[in-house]
Amino acid sequence: MTQQAATPLLEMRDISKTFGASKALSHVSLTVHAGEVHALMGENGAGKSTLMKILSGAYTADPGGSVLIDGEPVTLGDPLKAKAYGIAVIYQELSLAPNLTVAQNMFLGNEPSRFGLADRAEMRRRAEPILKQLGISFDSARRVAELSLGERQMVEIARALTTNARIIVMDEPTTSLTTRETDRLFDVIARLKADGIAIIYISHRMEEIYQLSDRVSVLRDGAYVGTLDRDGLSASKLVSMMVGRDLSSFYKKEHRQVEGERAAVLSVNNIGDGKRVHDCSFDVRAGEVLGIAGLVGSGRTELARLVYGADRRTTGSVSLNGRTLTIASPSDALDAGIAYLTEDRKALGLFLDMSISDNINIGVIAEDAKVGGALNFAKARERASGAVKALAIRTAGTQINVGALSGGNQQKALLARLLETRPKAIILDEPTRGVDVGAKSEIYRIIDDLAQNGIAIIVISSDLPEILGIADRVLVMREGHIAGEVTQPIDQEAVMALATGTAGAAA
Amino acid sequence: MAASETEQARMDKLKLRSTLTALGMLPVLILLAIGFHLLSGRFLSVNNLSIVMQQASINTVLAAGMTFVILTGGIDLSVGSILAASAMIAVIVSLVPDLGMLGVPAAILAGLACGFLNGAIIAWLKLPPFIVTLGSLTAIRGVARLLGNDTTVFNADLPFDFIGNGTLFGVPWLAIIAIATILVSWFILKRTVLGTWIYAVGGNSEAARLTGIKVPLVLLFVYSMSGLLSGLGGAMSAARLYAANGLQLGQAYELDAIAAVILGGTSFVGGVGSIWGTLIGALIIAVLSNGLILVGVSDIWQYIIKGLVIIVAVGLDRYRLQGLSRT
Repeated sequence: MTQQAATPLLEMRDISKTFGASKALSHVSLTVHAGEVHALMGENGAGKSTLMKILSGAYTADPGGSVLIDGEPVTLGDPLKAKAYGIAVIYQELSLAPNLTVAQNMFLGNEPSRFGLADRAEMRRRAEPILKQLGISFDSARRVAELSLGERQMVEIARALTTNARIIVMDEPTTSLTTRETDRLFDVIARLKADGIAIIYISHRMEEIYQLSDRVSVLRDGAYVGTLDRDGLSASKLVSMMVGRDLSSFYKKEHRQVEGERAAVLSVNNIGDGKRVHDCSFDVRAGEVLGIAGLVGSGRTELARLVYGADRRTTGSVSLNGRTLTIASPSDALDAGIAYLTEDRKALGLFLDMSISDNINIGVIAEDAKVGGALNFAKARERASGAVKALAIRTAGTQINVGALSGGNQQKALLARLLETRPKAIILDEPTRGVDVGAKSEIYRIIDDLAQNGIAIIVISSDLPEILGIADRVLVMREGHIAGEVTQPIDQEAVMALATGTAGAAA
Repeated sequence: MAASETEQARMDKLKLRSTLTALGMLPVLILLAIGFHLLSGRFLSVNNLSIVMQQASINTVLAAGMTFVILTGGIDLSVGSILAASAMIAVIVSLVPDLGMLGVPAAILAGLACGFLNGAIIAWLKLPPFIVTLGSLTAIRGVARLLGNDTTVFNADLPFDFIGNGTLFGVPWLAIIAIATILVSWFILKRTVLGTWIYAVGGNSEAARLTGIKVPLVLLFVYSMSGLLSGLGGAMSAARLYAANGLQLGQAYELDAIAAVILGGTSFVGGVGSIWGTLIGALIIAVLSNGLILVGVSDIWQYIIKGLVIIVAVGLDRYRLQGLSRT
């Protein structure tokens, strides 16, 4: 950021890449300065990974383009050369040897040696200052297997620094990190920046982009769309750049706005668990889509799980259509007519070894059952094929394992399971996480249909444009409290201000 | 269109694999039977097959119960001890004048009570099944010894001895009970709501809870079922021997039952498996025991061979899971 005017550290010009008949990249350019965090965004398949693989020397670009480092044209072409130019990539799947120590991993393939023997003392001596530079507290003699995922990522970064990396590519580095580890990573990124290292940061998480990046470049369908400066950054602009069409057609909101004219379906009063959620109250009306925004770790999922009875609450109550419910478990909530879509469909939602039909029917097989608890196969088939049609789940049949479906179709199958229970209120936790653009817009259509049918809907999302696009009203959570409510017209600045606690008026 | 064709091919591959998994150990069973017949010349005789069925029957009944438990991702180590205690009760009750037939239901109820206890501790106190049933393995063994004052109880006029030694249309009653157990288990697992819940709990217990399935009740059921079938096994054992001994009866039966389940392709982590596989697994173990004797392999080598078969089976289980995670 400080050296905008100087020669860029890295310039990629007119890069194209063809695989057989398909063009993965066409005439893409990217300019990165020293000491800059440059975010690279785009939907899955937009070409981010291909571009980074060309940078790291894993792929060779088609002739015609050029890569300049410090203004000098260079030929990358193989990973060792790229490394020599100071380019390092931290991959999503970490590539450390778990049985070796931190120091051994840092110098893997590059061990300092004496008389042909690895010089462990020297290795440690050289490792320590690098770890210190990153503000890392663990010992370089520890085995990587003992470290957490976040710590392992630090080791990867430290390894990059041992080869004097000047450009570090981080590909979705926070996907498997806890909030604390993410904060830790961001600290490290700030230190690297201060040392003049350029970071190319790939992420789908809007809030991270806001927090970290100096500039954002967007790719779409293998083409360069544009670059935004930090000052000109807006979520809706980014999304429309990524999606390539007007947002109003992407988000579907045809259900009628309800403003107090209908009674609340779901009322939550002073709910809390004494740990991560405190004293939260809100109402959702029939046919209303209530958004819940907030930073990761602000307690949104925890709040939803308390309402649904998945975790034990210590205070508060939940009522549906004015009747106070006794919810001690998810089955109580479901019986009452409250459904919850988990944010982690694979770990907490789907039965991956079971068929699509079983996954859709599992919540209602008991009510459909014949005498003696015998399964009603005809009814199950009917429900499954009905749901597949209604939600446009793309599959060759309903008896196939649900694990064989794509992410978007898995999500729709899980949604179908909830809808079969005919809920009056439904809580959708990150309904479009890990789902491609096409399925996203179909899920928005489904949400809109549900609202038109008078179901009270809560949508929790980290994706601000999504919340703005589909919600009628937004609650913002911060540190386990409801920091405030934003009503129409929903202003994203107001949401972010509440989420980060920068709003003067926010309690 | 090309994309949907490759999708179709992938689906076909998945289907093929699941068929192969379902078929599982059947070819092994057939090869073993043919091999033993070639080696001994008398394995595949009606008389010998009837003996094999009798030998397989008690383990089949225990393994059926074990299948329920392992499908939920649990384990029941106490089945041998429950069998011993139930057999003691069966013989003791059979000695009561005029009410001797009640020995059978008494044994089954005793087994059910033991299993219920296991299940209650596992489901509500949320203790690990391995630890709980390891404890009850020891404790119930003690109860079994206590029941007969640590002696063998006999009843030469056992009123239900037909179970152990009689036949119906030439088929041993023991085998009929085992087959009936398998059929009932199949019905519960594949044709009832409860069965679907069992697979769901084993496949992903947290998802099951969030779907509204009452996971503790499912666990209570499977351990109760395992206990009940162990009780039935106790009655069968008593009927066969006209006697029961709290110290020796049923020792290490849990291992054969677990081996049968795993040989049958049921995943040790739960959620995947079938009762038919368990039947085949139990038959393989019985065929191995019987065949090795016919061929004249010494008792010591029988142990070694059976042990190795179990290890190979667990290896196959691991390999199969890896295959699944690749998809």
